[in-house]
Amino acid sequence: MKILRRKIDKLKPHFEKGGRFYIFRSTFEAIESFLYIPDKVTSAGCHVRDNIDLKRTMSVVIIALLPSLLFGMWNTGAWHYRATGEAVNFWCCFWFGFNKVLPIVIVSYLSGLAVEFIFAQVRGHEVNEGFLVTGMLIPLVLPADIPLWMVAVSTIFAVIFGKEVFGGTGMNILNPALTARAFLFFAYPAWMSGDKVWVAGLKQGGEKIVDGFSGATPLGEAAIGNFNNMPCWCDMLTGNIPGAIGETSKIAILIGALILIYTGVGSLRIMLSVFAGGLVMGLIFNIFAVNDYMRIPAWQHWLMGGFAFGAVFMATDPVTAAQTNTGKYIYGFLTGLLAIMFRVLNPAYPEGVMLAILLMNVFAPLIDYYVVQANIRRRMKRAVSKGH
Amino acid sequence: MQKIIKIKKGLDIRIIGKAEKVLKKAAQSCLYAVKPTNFHGIEPKLCIKPGDFVKAGSVVFYNKHNPRIFFTSPVCGIIKEIVRGERRKILEIIIKPDEQQQYERFVQGDPLKMTREEIIDNLLKSGLWPLIRQRPYAIIANPSSEPKSVFIPCFDTAPLAPDYDFIVQGENKLFQTGINALTKLTKGKINLTLNPDYPASDVFTKAKSVEITYFKGPHPAGVVGVQIHHIDPINKGDIIWYLYPQDVITIGKLFDKGTFDASRIVALTGSEVEKPFYYKTMTGSMISAIAENNVKQGELRYISGNILTGTNIGKQGYLGFYDSQITVIPEGKKYEFFGWALPGFNKYSTSRSFFSWLRPGKIFRMNTNLHGGNRAFVMTGEYEKVLPMDIFPVHLLKAIIAEDIDKIEQLGIYEVAEEELALCEFVCTSKIEVQSIIRKGIELMIKELG
Repeated sequence: MKILRRKIDKLKPHFEKGGRFYIFRSTFEAIESFLYIPDKVTSAGCHVRDNIDLKRTMSVVIIALLPSLLFGMWNTGAWHYRATGEAVNFWCCFWFGFNKVLPIVIVSYLSGLAVEFIFAQVRGHEVNEGFLVTGMLIPLVLPADIPLWMVAVSTIFAVIFGKEVFGGTGMNILNPALTARAFLFFAYPAWMSGDKVWVAGLKQGGEKIVDGFSGATPLGEAAIGNFNNMPCWCDMLTGNIPGAIGETSKIAILIGALILIYTGVGSLRIMLSVFAGGLVMGLIFNIFAVNDYMRIPAWQHWLMGGFAFGAVFMATDPVTAAQTNTGKYIYGFLTGLLAIMFRVLNPAYPEGVMLAILLMNVFAPLIDYYVVQANIRRRMKRAVSKGH
Repeated sequence: MQKIIKIKKGLDIRIIGKAEKVLKKAAQSCLYAVKPTNFHGIEPKLCIKPGDFVKAGSVVFYNKHNPRIFFTSPVCGIIKEIVRGERRKILEIIIKPDEQQQYERFVQGDPLKMTREEIIDNLLKSGLWPLIRQRPYAIIANPSSEPKSVFIPCFDTAPLAPDYDFIVQGENKLFQTGINALTKLTKGKINLTLNPDYPASDVFTKAKSVEITYFKGPHPAGVVGVQIHHIDPINKGDIIWYLYPQDVITIGKLFDKGTFDASRIVALTGSEVEKPFYYKTMTGSMISAIAENNVKQGELRYISGNILTGTNIGKQGYLGFYDSQITVIPEGKKYEFFGWALPGFNKYSTSRSFFSWLRPGKIFRMNTNLHGGNRAFVMTGEYEKVLPMDIFPVHLLKAIIAEDIDKIEQLGIYEVAEEELALCEFVCTSKIEVQSIIRKGIELMIKELG
């Protein structure tokens, strides 16, 4: 490793001020700091710092996403072969899914990072690590059949308009991964909804599909009132259902959630309150129960669609969620509430979670504003009461 | 009945190098320094020039903004040099000590029989006044104001902090004399704070005319701003004065003997110290007198104070005016290949993203590496876990960055200084320089509101 270090040290002066490649300094910095933790030492304030940095934080999230990704790969293959009626083994399913999903992941990373690097370059900033997670989240909320160019277009759109126009990582208002999904959902609805898109191979046709096979997701079935076709709750829990790549298995998501909570990277407050909000809305619907959709047991909403995935990985994005602890409870609860409300009351948008989170992203600063104002009022009140 | 306040939020950093409770006498330092940089918000105006002779207690410089506040020499000797920095800013006034110690004479007597003005005057003339600082802002108290109360934190929870009970043992009388002087300065209470986890020294528990409150919990339970926040919070216009037990004893000595006795006990701490003991030395003494031949090999950082709020003074540096601790830790100027991706069994972190969580109770050797690059605020809720105050630290910091005076005031700038938020800086994923920002905010407030 010494050789590599020497090489980098030799190249470094070219990228420093006055060097030939000074304009590419942030690209160089990004690569260098990816390979090596910099030798920067503390100069003011605390002399010792916690070992955590944004790279570590982001890599924990990626690790937490791996169970969903791996299961998603297998599941993609499993449903494809179920649709074509072929009986194949586990590895065959996985291999099919691997070949389907990996290109999406690669395209998402390449297109997003390209934008990130260009912006860092132009602004003269260091490249932020935020996209490492976004780049993984985007494929996981898409159907496996999505054309790769759409992945690229939506990722570039999301990074530019969801993040960079606001000033980059840490400044954005909307969750970039959901922005990408929302972009696809409204720009190319034929590829993002309906009962044909969620199983690989159904839409393009060309392959023989078993008679009577339905590729509809539980949400899709529910939206059109086909409650008899709904899979049982245990299938929805394990993920043995069609759906977006990463969102089907609630067990994989739960493993991810535990990693996030235990390492302290994800907010337990937000996760719990999203689930609570969803449950409360489900119970309210149960009470009125004017149609079949409202009669679905409230807790089953947790297992349908992207609710769990959204609660664990999307709503908890620290930048776009509420930032105060009290605010997080309110934000999470309303997210859950709205997600189920959209889902049940508006069949045009079966996936309510995405819109609920995006909507609450917009309201998060307002929630924080009121929480902070309450703090200010407490302080003012103390001053006044002391004054008397 | 004991009044115990429990602090839940906070962090005791598990770092190697606590000092053993053995008191040694430090070798005589070959040079001493008075450092204007130890004091926030002053502008020094020199009263001496190189070659002048000074006694212990002779004025070296005063504060241009408030010419009553003198800063005096801790020792008797000759002014050797005036070290200046950028734009001729005075950094250090170096004094070469004489063999014989001669003292300036100040008023001697029982403070209880003196008036408030006499006491203040004596403290100002002897150069002990700067020991008394005020909140808001953590700057030297203004002698023409009157505080609503006085705080004396009698335990320190900072990493590797010295044990004040050990330091003050046997000084009952002087401590009480110092307290007596302080009681004349305020109509409010003299608050002593103690840790209920172990029996405190009777110097504190038997002190008269004081109110004792116990604080239980992790750092920053011992930090004065946190204690004020829980006992007697500062609102706009309020002033609280604070100082530390050794300072009270120094004040006691002034009234007892009529001299400025700059001797104090410091704990020599940190992983790189061979013999981490307590040393009896003097304010402003060169730390090499105690650290030389007592530290391990390698590139080291010498800190006057603790690892959170101390000052990097270098190997040949001088003990700070307020410090009772010196910490020596390794520098971390080295690259680490894929350091962010390693399991990290040896990497201390409050998050459990490194596998060091598998080793509860282990104490770590920590260096000064930043462990990452500066980023925008991304993670949330980190600061709140280590700040036991009803304050939104990130919002306050953002208000300071935006220089929004109204917001800064509303969000509680009067209640905090660097030390309360030092842990926020320690845990920060984005490596934001929290303490510098807070000081900037305080300076902005002083500039705008006076």
